Amino acid sequence: MIYPGSKTILEVRGLCASVSGTEILKGLDLTVKSGEVHAIMGPNGSGKSTFSKVLAGHSAYQVTAGSVLLEGKNLLDLPPEERARAGVFLAFQYPIEIPGVANSQFLRLTYNTVQTQRGKEELDPLEFDDFVREKMKLLEMSPDFLDRSVNEGFSGGEKKRNEILQMALLEPRLAILDETDSGLDIDALRIVSQGVNKLANKDNAMVLVTHYQRLLNYIVPDFVHVMDDGRIVKTGGKELALELEARGYDWVGAKHRGAAPKVVAKVAA
Amino acid sequence: MSAVTPVTATYLESLLAGQAQLAASPLAWLNTLRAAAVERVGVLTVPTLRDEDWRFTDISLLTKMSFHPLRTAINLQAADIERFHIAEAATRLVFVDGVFAPQLSNIDINSGVLVSNLAAGGAACAAHLGRHAEFHNNVFAALNTAFLHDGALIVVPRNISVATPIHLLFIATQKDVASYPRCLLLAESGSAVTLIEDYVALQEEAYFTNAVTEIVLADSARVNHVRVQREGAQGFHIANCAVSLARTSNYQSVSVALGARISRYNLNVQMAEGAECAVDGLALISERQLADTHTCIDHAQPHGVSRQLHKCIVGGSAHAVFNGKIMVRQGAQHTDSQQSSRTLLLTGRAQIDTKPQLEIFADDVKCTHGATVGQLDSEEVFYLQSRGLSDTAARNMLTYAFGAEIIDRIPITSLKQQLEQTVLEQTASQL
Ligand SMILES: Nc1ncnc2c1ncn2[C@@H]1O[C@H](COP(=O)(O)OP(=O)(O)OP(=O)(O)O)[C@@H](O)[C@H]1O
Ligand SMILES: [Mg+2]
Repeated sequence: MIYPGSKTILEVRGLCASVSGTEILKGLDLTVKSGEVHAIMGPNGSGKSTFSKVLAGHSAYQVTAGSVLLEGKNLLDLPPEERARAGVFLAFQYPIEIPGVANSQFLRLTYNTVQTQRGKEELDPLEFDDFVREKMKLLEMSPDFLDRSVNEGFSGGEKKRNEILQMALLEPRLAILDETDSGLDIDALRIVSQGVNKLANKDNAMVLVTHYQRLLNYIVPDFVHVMDDGRIVKTGGKELALELEARGYDWVGAKHRGAAPKVVAKVAA
Repeated sequence: MSAVTPVTATYLESLLAGQAQLAASPLAWLNTLRAAAVERVGVLTVPTLRDEDWRFTDISLLTKMSFHPLRTAINLQAADIERFHIAEAATRLVFVDGVFAPQLSNIDINSGVLVSNLAAGGAACAAHLGRHAEFHNNVFAALNTAFLHDGALIVVPRNISVATPIHLLFIATQKDVASYPRCLLLAESGSAVTLIEDYVALQEEAYFTNAVTEIVLADSARVNHVRVQREGAQGFHIANCAVSLARTSNYQSVSVALGARISRYNLNVQMAEGAECAVDGLALISERQLADTHTCIDHAQPHGVSRQLHKCIVGGSAHAVFNGKIMVRQGAQHTDSQQSSRTLLLTGRAQIDTKPQLEIFADDVKCTHGATVGQLDSEEVFYLQSRGLSDTAARNMLTYAFGAEIIDRIPITSLKQQLEQTVLEQTASQL
């Protein structure tokens, strides 16, 4: 929701980033204020996930120009963990499986680490267990997922819910949800959206990367951006998403860039 | 075997010095066995990198040091060893520098199992001792046998299931001492037992543990064998374990190697018809440690099933070795064998030599094996960092998880927790 006089959470100016020598982001501008929900749409390969990972601080991407400020602080100077502690949260398009690490242990450790950094109290395992179960109810997640390894063997939709659960625990200032809706069935889409809506308030902001209007029926965006070839090429209100759904990307000048093979970076350990 | 070189002769002679002082046993067969072993020590040599079985494992450091048999036994108090207790184990046999310590031990007489010091062993002993862990061509097994005195003898009678684990605790307390732990477990048909073989130290200087374990499973017996090698940082640990499985018996083992400057574990598993085994291992080493595991699973008869997962976590400039031999003899049809070796190298200087060795002489079998060697997955590290964990905390967590897969297979909760804590501390200190 747009609140008059709200402060700027994210300010991206002329951001250029490349991966293994190839420039992907080519001068991206975006301003997000507290309370707002932004949607970023755009053809496959236009750089949406790259942008998300650059914000989260993935070391494979080199920022070659531009600036990113989070609440006035230079985000690009910080390692990923400090960005997370400062309030950046990325729900991954492809959440990683971590065999051998119990989800409960992972969630507690990340929660307590971030709490401590924010000068708050840690929770002991029992307190945390109560706390996390409450949050799981919100997402209609079975507590069984606490005992399993992080994302291991989770279905696509279960992984996405686990991402939102982490977001609910970490209470970010800026949440970037990269295609959280893809892979969700109709009920799950509603549940996850309701969860996200509960978490959205006037002090935080959401950036939703999505290909589909249906998510935006549940989480109504204040702004819709079209990304193409590493830039935001068009910005509008929620009606822009409907128009894109009806007319595709060609009319905004965005091109489909062929179906380049998609590689999920995952090196066998 | 090549001729005995002066260096190794001196070395073996020095190790053997004191053997003659060993009081003769009232058991004639034991004296005969010792004498046969002494004779083999006289013929054999200490292995070097030129021996196929030792080509990655440089033990010259061991041969440069001199060790002597125990002269004066130390009198430990119960409080000294309390921290090694395993809550679930009703029976605990404690050996201090190889010598049985009855005052520290506890034998649960209600368990239905016969547990005693080998030195008091009877006829059952004679039929098996030294018959499974062969010392004819193995100088370390021969040395151990030459010094045979105390040891753990466990006989599980027919169809008896022992409810609680039996804990064998071998404690090294004195520098420069060579000790010779020995264990014989006889699981009679249809019986079931869990054995914990645990090597610890109360001192940080150099010493030498040379252990031999023999485990004999009669038809349909079940043995869970947990082996924890947590020797002192300057200790040397060489162990031979021979397991003999009769028809449809089942042997499950998890061995964890954490300690010692240099360690070598040879595990030999003989499989009869329809026998099953799971042989898992974890070596977690750092600094300049060397940990070598050599296993041989010998499918001699049809319908055997073997599973093996061996993991190494190697930090510092440590060196891990794994050689996993799977033998499927002619006639061992329908053998089903899986082996996997996975290694995590934490530094650029860490080193692994891993070698599967399949020797298959039967045609209708299912045998798979695989080996991976890698570093931590950078995407996994990033994922954890993006949730606020430092690079170090993320790496710790992933390293720990890698090892936990093996530790989780230990069927004793308190020991599992103890080891998980150790792994956590050890990984935290290296990164
Ligand atoms: N590690 C990499 N190496 C080489 N090229 C890469 C790498 N990562 C991303 N790219 C390329 O960068 C471009 C943008 O990819 P990105 O994943 O950001 O697109 P996207 O907009 O998220 O697409 P989608 O809608 O399919 O998720 C693609 O052409 C992709 O192939
Ligand atoms: Mg994407």
